[in-house]
Amino acid sequence: MVAKLTFVERQIALLILGIITILGLVMASLGAGDALGVHGFIVLFAGLGLIFAVGGSLYAPEPIEDRSREYYDDPIKIGIVLAMIWAMIGMGVGDWVAWMLAFPDLRFDAAWSSFGRLRPVHTTGIIFGFGGNALIATSMHVMQRTSRARLAGQISPWFVLLGYNLFVILATTGYVMGVTQSKEYAEAEWYADIWLVVVWVVYFVLYIRTLARRNEPHIYVANWYYLAFILVVAMLHIVNNLAVPASFTAAKSYSLFSGVQDAMTQWWYGHNAVAFFLTAGFLGMLYYYLPKRAQRPIYSYRLSILSFWGIVFFYIWVGSHHLHYTALPHWVQTLGVTFSVMLLVPSWASAGNALMTLNGAWHKVRDDATLRFMFVAAVFYGLSTFEGSFMAIRPVNSLSHYTDWTVGHVHAGSMGWVALITFGAIYAAVPLIWRRDDMYSWRLVEWHFWLALAGTVIYIFAMWNSGIVQGLMWRTYNDVGTLQYSFMDTVVAMHPYYIARAIGGLLFLIGAVIGFYNILMTIRAARSEDRLLDHPTDSEACEPAVPVAE
Amino acid sequence: MIRWLKKLYYPIQAGHYRLERHSMGLALGIVAAASVGGLVEIAPLFTIDETVESAPEMRVYTPLEQAGRDIYVREGCYLCHSQMIRTLADEVDRYGPYSLAVESQYDHPMLWGSKRTGPDLARLGGKYSDDWHVAHLIDPRAVVPDSVMPHYAFLADAQLEIASLPARLAALRKVGVPYTDAMIEAAEQDALGQARPDTDRADAVMERYGEDTQVRNFDGDSGRLTEMDALVAYLQILGRLTDVAHATDPATIKAGLEAAQ
Repeated sequence: MVAKLTFVERQIALLILGIITILGLVMASLGAGDALGVHGFIVLFAGLGLIFAVGGSLYAPEPIEDRSREYYDDPIKIGIVLAMIWAMIGMGVGDWVAWMLAFPDLRFDAAWSSFGRLRPVHTTGIIFGFGGNALIATSMHVMQRTSRARLAGQISPWFVLLGYNLFVILATTGYVMGVTQSKEYAEAEWYADIWLVVVWVVYFVLYIRTLARRNEPHIYVANWYYLAFILVVAMLHIVNNLAVPASFTAAKSYSLFSGVQDAMTQWWYGHNAVAFFLTAGFLGMLYYYLPKRAQRPIYSYRLSILSFWGIVFFYIWVGSHHLHYTALPHWVQTLGVTFSVMLLVPSWASAGNALMTLNGAWHKVRDDATLRFMFVAAVFYGLSTFEGSFMAIRPVNSLSHYTDWTVGHVHAGSMGWVALITFGAIYAAVPLIWRRDDMYSWRLVEWHFWLALAGTVIYIFAMWNSGIVQGLMWRTYNDVGTLQYSFMDTVVAMHPYYIARAIGGLLFLIGAVIGFYNILMTIRAARSEDRLLDHPTDSEACEPAVPVAE
Repeated sequence: MIRWLKKLYYPIQAGHYRLERHSMGLALGIVAAASVGGLVEIAPLFTIDETVESAPEMRVYTPLEQAGRDIYVREGCYLCHSQMIRTLADEVDRYGPYSLAVESQYDHPMLWGSKRTGPDLARLGGKYSDDWHVAHLIDPRAVVPDSVMPHYAFLADAQLEIASLPARLAALRKVGVPYTDAMIEAAEQDALGQARPDTDRADAVMERYGEDTQVRNFDGDSGRLTEMDALVAYLQILGRLTDVAHATDPATIKAGLEAAQ
């Protein structure tokens, strides 16, 4: 990896790492006795470790080949492996806490292992660890290929990838120590948030500079989505994390907003983390890997435009559907419902566009588990967006809110859509990036597919049952007009569903472990010959970088 | 209808066709389109007066209660317990009067929650004794046999860190909680005093935060101030910073419920 950098670039990398190490030292000394100090040491050791890695080959021979003649795939390789490592952590912790809800003493007798501290490790590990790394890695792959241009930078891709992972490490290690802002999916404290802003600005600059180098007149649809993901996540992250630290020597901070304004800001963030992190970014993946794998052009350019601008414009309005019947003013709730229902149009336009693209390639869906991952992901995308619009309607929400139905809905999206499209994209990308003929074992891909699908279906059905049962029990009145069930009655009723859910999660986790093994074995396999035309080019005579639109 | 939709759509496609050849133009278009919803929905919440009811007699959290709230956040209690009773008949019957916006006006951040693995806690204050809370937190299943709550026995052994309380209150004042200079200065003393009844410090707490402030030895152990003291003090004030939600007359509640359903 370092061998591909020039001597000057290695020096610049060392300089940046030196600054990070000093920052870690400052944090460690200022925050002594607080979790901030522990995080200081983590930053310090991360910086030192990388200094040794780069410094060790500082005087190694410089690259002699013309780097601009090939794509820059090293950061993508590391990004994919990191995504799979975070998948193991995130899914493992998730299934553990799922078992804990059925058997609450299934934990070491320690403060750090309570549900409340581990649950954010699961959500952050999956969304930001697994999903984020997969998005960064695939975005770098997609933007180079669809722009026919090499990444605009030698060090910045590494800074983005590794800096981002430092953020996820700070976030997750913080939660087990009790460092949290309590804002769901934005729990990390102020210093980690500031660091993420720095990383994210570099990411945006890298993306826009690479696009500026492109050898294609048009920006491909996948890049619209990645760009929306980068820009809007920055906006959401900065506004929702505005806070005043209690001191600069400790981790604790207080949100700038309070009460109803804070609730609206949080769910404006929370739902658009779903929209722009878990939807827009992964639609970018879908729009590249699905047509490439199916060898079919995207069905409709018009539908792509309609769904893109529909999603960008409508999604931002819908966060208030998390706050129906609360102290949030009624007019904001009504706007949330209205836009949630309208959102179904661009959502189904995307899902339909993906499925229609497969017309003429259905035999490939049958034979190729990688493409089948992406097909089923598109189906789940359609299903969960329909369910989401449905649950946003006030009377439905009065039943579903606060219950496991919401949890089931989120997992229909995150397991069925986000994880399956990611696995499909990774299985498609790994042989391309590592220059292998194919994955190590197609049978293992099949195993992974069926385990993942079975796990998802079991999970969703368990949560539909428990959520609707609990919601109905809460509102059941007896003949004399008092409530029929105590709260504990409803908790007891959840027990069998919680076991079923944990089994579903376990199947999904086993599938992912098999997938990781398969990826590692593929990396170990022998390199095949370089693919024709998989390098930056401005030749008009080449085949199009992506299949032509209608 | 179709013709009308086409008329609406063609300019979008033409505009997009230009944008997708200019990366910065596309970026600006995305930011513009994605900003509208937030501006329309969030900004007015700060300016429309009816958004938050008025409750002139509402008090702020005492330092001990705020320390307990910080523990509540640290342990992620909000992940299983909401603090937001919706305007639904069964919720009002189960938990008490529905929550008003003003009740969380000093909550930085709000802890309305999104999931009820356990019951809502918005009106928990005064519902159970301190002893019940301590026993329940030490071993939930000793008190509620089928509970799936984790135990928090370590809170009873953990000494409460109070040195940072003045800084914490000062930060809260910066974001809008009306703590006075005296409250911030005396934060450590007040935290100690609230758990030590019949002392001068206790009197000082009541002087600063009102006669109704609950001054008790919350964890039942008079030896030292623990995290258990703080958390129980916080749980016992939930829903009791103001009684404006209770004061609403029944007719208004009924009308509100009907309007919501």
